[in-house]
Amino acid sequence: MDEPLQNKRAPVIEPGYTFGSVTDKISAIVLTRPTSNTWFIGFGVMFLLTMMLLFAVSYLFVKGIGIWGVNVPVGWGFAIVNFVWWIGIGHAGTLISAILLLLRQSWRNSINRFAEAMTLFAVASAGIFPAIHVGRPWVAYWLFPYPNTMNVWPQFRSPLVWDVFAVSTYATISALFWFIGLVPDLATLRDRSEERWKKIIYGMLAMGWRGSARHWHRYETAYLLLAGLATPLVLSVHTVVSFDFAVGIVPGWHTTIFPPYFVAGAIYSGFAMVLMLAIPIRKVYNLEDFITERHLQNSAKVMLATGLIVAYGYVVEGFMGWYGGNRYDAFLLWNRLHGPYSFFYYMLLVCNIVIPQVLWIPKLRTNPVWLFFISGVVLVGMWLERFIIVVVSLHRDFLTSSWGMYYPTRWDWMTYIGTIGLFLSAMFLFVRILPMISIFEMRTLLPEAEVKE
Amino acid sequence: MKRTKAYGLMAEFDSVQTLLDAANRTREAGYKKIDAYSPFPVEGLAEAVGFHHDEVPLVVLIGGLIGGLTGYLMQYWISAVSYPVNVGGKPYHSWPAFIVVTFEMTILFAGISAVLGMLALNGLPMPYHPVFNVPRFAFATKDRFFLIVFSSDPKYNPTEVRRFLEGLRPRSISEVPD
Repeated sequence: MDEPLQNKRAPVIEPGYTFGSVTDKISAIVLTRPTSNTWFIGFGVMFLLTMMLLFAVSYLFVKGIGIWGVNVPVGWGFAIVNFVWWIGIGHAGTLISAILLLLRQSWRNSINRFAEAMTLFAVASAGIFPAIHVGRPWVAYWLFPYPNTMNVWPQFRSPLVWDVFAVSTYATISALFWFIGLVPDLATLRDRSEERWKKIIYGMLAMGWRGSARHWHRYETAYLLLAGLATPLVLSVHTVVSFDFAVGIVPGWHTTIFPPYFVAGAIYSGFAMVLMLAIPIRKVYNLEDFITERHLQNSAKVMLATGLIVAYGYVVEGFMGWYGGNRYDAFLLWNRLHGPYSFFYYMLLVCNIVIPQVLWIPKLRTNPVWLFFISGVVLVGMWLERFIIVVVSLHRDFLTSSWGMYYPTRWDWMTYIGTIGLFLSAMFLFVRILPMISIFEMRTLLPEAEVKE
Repeated sequence: MKRTKAYGLMAEFDSVQTLLDAANRTREAGYKKIDAYSPFPVEGLAEAVGFHHDEVPLVVLIGGLIGGLTGYLMQYWISAVSYPVNVGGKPYHSWPAFIVVTFEMTILFAGISAVLGMLALNGLPMPYHPVFNVPRFAFATKDRFFLIVFSSDPKYNPTEVRRFLEGLRPRSISEVPD
């Protein structure tokens, strides 16, 4: 049917592999490959950044959020900007593992595992911010409904409480999805390990998986159902995050375009992060045969498409400011274009709309160096978008007397950069101790896996 | 060596197609208690070993319903019964505001049920299983395919089963000690 068209594109997996060679190649990265000095240096640097995060957070707990740049009128500074940025990055992992599974996009098989790991670590980084942002972090658990001697309960009409449920459900389901996907591969590692302690650890994690036909059947059913559940979930998470803003009456927040525009932005930044991780990983671990040009190209196309949805969101915001007739909305537009933070707004337009348009050129979509660079630009752009939404909307609202400026302090920066360290050190550990590509799903892509009844 | 009753007889195959054909022929030969092992999910293999009732979807449905009900009733009870707070004149039972948490709780419970239900129905975690006593079985998670006829099968007779399995042209046949 679409055979001729298929042949022109790069394959999902280079020809010539067998069940055995796929298994050996991926499991060898974990089991036999010596840990290089570059890995130790990279992990060491990221570990130091994680320590910096712990230092910054400890000092915050001692001193209080006065060490940050937040103050009236901008009460939501870096913490919320970074929270939304990290949660958004996580979305690509679920999109790849769940939505593309339901759409039978077999190219997802070689990138879903590490994209899901990326989701988990990104959600973990994101989760830190609301917890430390509440001011009294030792009572952050008050966010959850639990019977208490104070006889009070959370306010369920508030989007902030919805967000607690959305993000904690998202973290739980992502972790389950990831772990369940790992079980058959952990059994492979159990059976391939030479050392006894590795056999024991991987064996315990594999829970006695033996690949029985009955088990596989239930496994596939459960996996498919999880994908079906994770698909509306991932769309709901950033929708609920956008409700945190959209339900408030602050100009620049109170718009109905927010949910779709947030979800598209999340996938946009998430695919940028997937590419920024995949491009060095495939190079360092010689995985170009599994993560082929096809993967890079498809990810670039998703970025291009979601980037255009984000651009549409900006256009609608501008149009509503101009056409809506609300003087505060109109002022917000003016303030973005000419106010004290206008430089960042123009940077945002350049990073998120202008530069990514080069992805229309097919050659650049398969060029790893260019893609890496563009992905970095998109990540910066998406961070700026959240900065514009949070800070620029808040710093000049209805009353001129309550206008102010927001300047992040060194503690804001240390916390933000520290979470990047946390995220990347977790990724460094992940590629060394777990198979970063789903081995059993790669086997199903091989021609020898085909059967006729 | 004192011979105890074996757990079953296991045949090893090179390709997924031979395993699927062998499983079908074994079932058609009247063996009921059989199983097949493969390094990846194979369409039709579960049916070939006589597996028909997958209860995972039912477990997930029940889990999802319980989650949704828990989510909604919890919010109703908290907001309208236990701790009614008047917010901007909104009704205490303001159901549209409760939809989001109800949805999230549905997904959470359904997802946990899918994972725990699948593991429980599969009898996992199971640290010991007789099939692991066969050294070659380590390749069941790499590139080999196995078929077993359990000794609990009513038609089980070691010599006959061995002769039957040999007719399926396996790579090797091993007895699985109990």
